[in-house]
Amino acid sequence: MSITRRQFLGMTGAAGAAGLVGSSVAQAQEHFTGWPDRYGVLTDLTLCIGCRKCEEACARVNDLPPPEPSPEDKSVFDEIRRTDAQSYTVVNRFPNPDPDKPPVYVKKQCMHCNEPACASACLVSAFSKTPEGAVTYNASVCIGCRYCLMACPFYIPAYEYDKALKPRVMKCTMCHDRVKEEGKLPGCVEVCPVQALTFGKRSDLIRLARERIIRNPDKYIDHIYGEHEVGGTSWMYITGVPFEQLGFNMDLGITPYPEFTRGFLSSVPLVLTLWPVFFTGVYLFSRRRNEIAKEEGDSSHEEEAKS
Amino acid sequence: MTTITGENITFIEWLQDKLFLGMSFKEYFKKLITPFNIIATLILCVGIPIAFVRFTQGLAATTNLTDNNPWGMWIGVDVLCGVALAAGGFTLGSAVYLFGMKEYHPIVRPAVLTGFLGYFFVVIGLCFDLGRPWRLPYPMFVSYGTTSVMFLVGWHVALYLSCQFVEFCPALFEWLGWKKFRKFVVGLTIGATIFGVILSTLHQSALGGLYLLAAKKLHPLWYTPFLPVFFLVSAIIGGMTMVIFESSLTHRVFSHQISLDHKKFDKLTIGLGKAAAMTLMGYFCLKVIGVAHGDHWHLLGTPMGQWFLLEVLGFVLAPCFLLVWAVRQERAGWVRFAAIWTVIGLILNRVNVSMIAFNWNLPDRYVPKWTEFAVTITIITVGVLTFRWIVNRMPILWEHPDYEPEI
Repeated sequence: MSITRRQFLGMTGAAGAAGLVGSSVAQAQEHFTGWPDRYGVLTDLTLCIGCRKCEEACARVNDLPPPEPSPEDKSVFDEIRRTDAQSYTVVNRFPNPDPDKPPVYVKKQCMHCNEPACASACLVSAFSKTPEGAVTYNASVCIGCRYCLMACPFYIPAYEYDKALKPRVMKCTMCHDRVKEEGKLPGCVEVCPVQALTFGKRSDLIRLARERIIRNPDKYIDHIYGEHEVGGTSWMYITGVPFEQLGFNMDLGITPYPEFTRGFLSSVPLVLTLWPVFFTGVYLFSRRRNEIAKEEGDSSHEEEAKS
Repeated sequence: MTTITGENITFIEWLQDKLFLGMSFKEYFKKLITPFNIIATLILCVGIPIAFVRFTQGLAATTNLTDNNPWGMWIGVDVLCGVALAAGGFTLGSAVYLFGMKEYHPIVRPAVLTGFLGYFFVVIGLCFDLGRPWRLPYPMFVSYGTTSVMFLVGWHVALYLSCQFVEFCPALFEWLGWKKFRKFVVGLTIGATIFGVILSTLHQSALGGLYLLAAKKLHPLWYTPFLPVFFLVSAIIGGMTMVIFESSLTHRVFSHQISLDHKKFDKLTIGLGKAAAMTLMGYFCLKVIGVAHGDHWHLLGTPMGQWFLLEVLGFVLAPCFLLVWAVRQERAGWVRFAAIWTVIGLILNRVNVSMIAFNWNLPDRYVPKWTEFAVTITIITVGVLTFRWIVNRMPILWEHPDYEPEI
């Protein structure tokens, strides 16, 4: 049986569920640089033609309703869309700053972070960063608190708000089961007619991206989005138009999101151990003060009685 | 079966004594028709059908929540404000039982009851918001997300609710006349209080800690690594000012039950006001440090910055000054006014963090649907009704003649 890192953390954690484990979890994260052979996808935005075949394929392989409106209808690009409960991936259109060049199409889906905010946020460990690179979701334990939606820096997970009985969090799985069990490519990668998407080991993809940038310095911006953002992601992008003009948040920094709560979680065992000592001390102190006051009161009464 | 005075009675008489305050059902029912109850009934007539729609049609039918704004009013108000304002239980509990400030004993039971009911109804509110509320025990028994601040909140709120129940039990058992049980739970008071302080420290701060992961979504003036400390300190303030507010209300409404004379009661109010003023000043300094730490001074001139200044100057510093003045002049009435002002400021802070400063730069802004307001108001109404039901029956505001006080 292979266990994911998160399951492992979960097991260590279960030992002292009330929070004592906060620090041990934090320590376990310290030198983890990611699963060595994890996969990813490189999106080359200079190649994408906005055909939305990836949206169609994604819906098909994931049993989602077909994209609305259909790929032939270009009016869909009039507004910027995000992923939602019916679509794991969406393609948006951004105008090219050079009016002679075609617009830029940007496919959006889960970035599959190396250290996912959603996974660190989940109170029932419904998310796992698998050794294969995908961040997967297990609806069978989800309680529907939607903290993952709150935490995700990329605004990716969506929720089935219209379901009363079994609402789920919906997001791209990088076709984890398809890749692992059937040895196939993710649906979107397989269908892309212009090879704008490349599936492979993340380390190879970074080399490939760098090669393209070095060979065509005029065509590409010298930045691989996702190489370092929020500690690195499995899904990465290269582009000819600056990322900030294509709806990418350039303000996310390179700190993995679990770091943001690590300090706080580490303080938990300190409070759990020191507060009882401190407050019991305070209680004993005030009781002693009362006893002394009472004794003094009694002895002064006695003196009064004597005199 | 015996009454408080020890007479032997039948079960029906016992029921009448306990449930209908010694009246027959008819008399009791007649007495229930009051303006307050009519309004409460109207609220429930709206709220209960909405609850039905919520649990049969889903969140989409009853809320304006979106994928970008997954937490709305039910989290921002029902949970965040509810928990902070229910902090009076642990604040007063530790003052009386641990710090030995016995003069506050007459108001500790209502504060503990407010705390217990506050948390209880927070959990009810949470059940409305959770997608699958029946899985509420999962983080305790099924699957453990130990890297999550939410995991901490879940565990601690559950444990704390139990703690508060233990602290509430003496009153419950005195009412039922179960002397042995009462003796047993009184023995647990100190332990429960200490455990309650630990749990409160952790989950009050953890509610702020939740937003540490909203790093780039929360406006930088509200987002700081100190968020957990901010939430804890402001909850202590919220707890104390809420006790001032709640006790002044109960003293008016249930005056026939209260033996404490006005002068003594005013003195307690002023004492609490003093503590609240000091803590508010500390909180104000923390807020300044928050801005300085992030070096966000330049943002104070922006519209969001002015909104931040309104919160910090208008609803932290200003009530703080009023409290200082009122305490020095021994004006209990003004302390009560400033306390309400502070409570509003605390609600403003939680609403800012959870809704107004959250996703401040997105075009997709969240505004609650009317049904969200209706559910919140319904939950508060049921909370008030429960509080009244208990206060009318159990020794909360008066001391039971048969029993020694806990301390």
